[in-house]
Amino acid sequence: MKKAEHLELYRQMVVIRRLEESAAHLYQEGKIGGFLHLYIGQEAVSTGLISMRQPQDRVITAYRDHGVAINCGISANAVMAELLGKETGTSKGRGGSMHMADTEKNFWGGHAIVGAHLPIAAGLALGDQYEENDAVTICMFGDGATNIGFFHEALNLSAVWDLPVLWVCENNQYGMGTEIKRASAVEEMRQKAEGYGMPNLRTEGGMDIMQVREAAGDAIEHIRSGKGPFFLEIVTYRFVGHSMGDPERYREKEEVTKWREDDPIGIYNKYLVDEKVAKAADLDKVEAEAEAEVEAAVKFAEESPEPALDTLFDHVYVEEN
Amino acid sequence: MREITYLEAIREAMTQEMERDESVFLIGEDIGTYGGAFQVTHGMYEQFGPERILDTPITELGLTGAATGAALIGMRPIAEIMFMDFTTLASEQLVNQAAKLRFMFGGKASVPMVLRTPAGSGTGAAEHHSQSLENWFVHVPGLKVVMPTTPYDAKGLLLASIRDNNPVVFVEHKLLYKTKGEVPEEDYTIPLGQADVKRSGTDLTIVATSIMVSRSLEAAEELAKEGINVEVVDPRSLRPLDTGTIVESVKKTGKVLIVHEAVKTGGFGGELAGVIAESEAFGYLEAPIVRLAGREIPIPYNRTLEQNAVPQVANIVEKARDIVQLKV
Repeated sequence: MKKAEHLELYRQMVVIRRLEESAAHLYQEGKIGGFLHLYIGQEAVSTGLISMRQPQDRVITAYRDHGVAINCGISANAVMAELLGKETGTSKGRGGSMHMADTEKNFWGGHAIVGAHLPIAAGLALGDQYEENDAVTICMFGDGATNIGFFHEALNLSAVWDLPVLWVCENNQYGMGTEIKRASAVEEMRQKAEGYGMPNLRTEGGMDIMQVREAAGDAIEHIRSGKGPFFLEIVTYRFVGHSMGDPERYREKEEVTKWREDDPIGIYNKYLVDEKVAKAADLDKVEAEAEAEVEAAVKFAEESPEPALDTLFDHVYVEEN
Repeated sequence: MREITYLEAIREAMTQEMERDESVFLIGEDIGTYGGAFQVTHGMYEQFGPERILDTPITELGLTGAATGAALIGMRPIAEIMFMDFTTLASEQLVNQAAKLRFMFGGKASVPMVLRTPAGSGTGAAEHHSQSLENWFVHVPGLKVVMPTTPYDAKGLLLASIRDNNPVVFVEHKLLYKTKGEVPEEDYTIPLGQADVKRSGTDLTIVATSIMVSRSLEAAEELAKEGINVEVVDPRSLRPLDTGTIVESVKKTGKVLIVHEAVKTGGFGGELAGVIAESEAFGYLEAPIVRLAGREIPIPYNRTLEQNAVPQVANIVEKARDIVQLKV
């Protein structure tokens, strides 16, 4: 991979981090409503994963989706404006934090009912199989989603029909505030793929973008070669609460502190310097640019217009057939 | 004109559209070699093959989601849910996903799919295979809900539903499958949201849906013998609803009876009554708006009990007579 590509991925990770830190402030100021689920700590997962896709490959995820939106090429402006509910947001202020989407960027959302987007992912892949498109659907979800019926029906369908889907379980070890061993009958989520005869892999390297890229690349290659679906479990950790206002009574501070030592941005920074891909000064520059990009995005979002009231009924139905 | 059954009309609509448009495919449980629980898709597997007639596992939720996802990227899937009772399992994907994706993504997506399902009692199939749950879906902006009564309407409305760029719940009735009527061989569409006056009259408007249209027409024949001249209006699609035709009819007759098979409480009749009461027809009413609908019980197995759970022709005649004679 060339230096420029590395710096672009590094930029994405820093933009996600800064954007979410700003979002947290804006939430506390009451400018962002509803729920806000931050991706802080997990940035290497979606950045690494999505960096391995071809343009025709589709991405669909759950509600912790700001980072995924950035990785799919949605601008910080459009993400921030969506968070503020503005007409210039990526979903025109109709979806908010949990429903970022841009079908032109092959990003099929941001879904807020745990597991409910998995059957839809199977459908995206079914459509591609039906049309004989050379596309892979990358479907991301958390460990909690593996306990709900959607997951099992979708995995079974994908296996029965050899659908081109990459099932990616981002195992951040808690479904909201419930740790895995209290919720799942098996310790490793990939074991559930075994029940559907599906090839699978678990990587503990979810804080390291290079390990994520390697695992994702192999998995996507497997699917694109026509071998059917693949299940990839990526162990990661969220440094912040499930959503804003989470009292985090379910885990020890020491545990969080320990995981924070493995900050995915720090790990990538060290890798790039150690491997002499980039100099510290290059990375400082990227960080400064990312910070400026996010500041500009906040300004853009704050200054953007609210959706006009006469558009209240827009987008419910396609009017023309 | 030739006559075919309601079931054949549905099959013909799907077949003709699949011949015309390659993006249309069927997805459902045992719709292939088995031909569907009611044989609606019989022979289609032989014509179109397994690539376009997709037999699924028993997975109502999964197949509805798969149809939704495929529709998102431009396919036009027709999903079959074997009994309307099973739409409870599919409803998350319909209500939370198919209906909302377009809005939620700021207009950047559309879900051109049809979900066909047979509703209704009268087959002795008891609690889990007899319900009429259409109003649950009528309640959801983003969905359209269609309920054809005649073979002619079934074909024209299904073709319109498949070509519609929104998710459509197409509610069939098991007891109508074998009923016959005139149906043109060529393809034609009936716009969704256009009611049909199935019989003209002056003394009373009956607004009925699905099989209750047939029963109301039979009742109208009985009442005609007594000199009571009944108008029967079939909305055909519940969402969107053609309020104009209903309001005009009530203004003309001044009396209205609403008949449907679904349980009365929370049923579509309440919506119809509300639409009429809120409209200019209110000033023309000479009697209270009356609803005749399913009783407040699950559908029982026993034949006599089952018949008494939903309106029959005699009940409609009696209720209509009462309204006309101002005994309500």
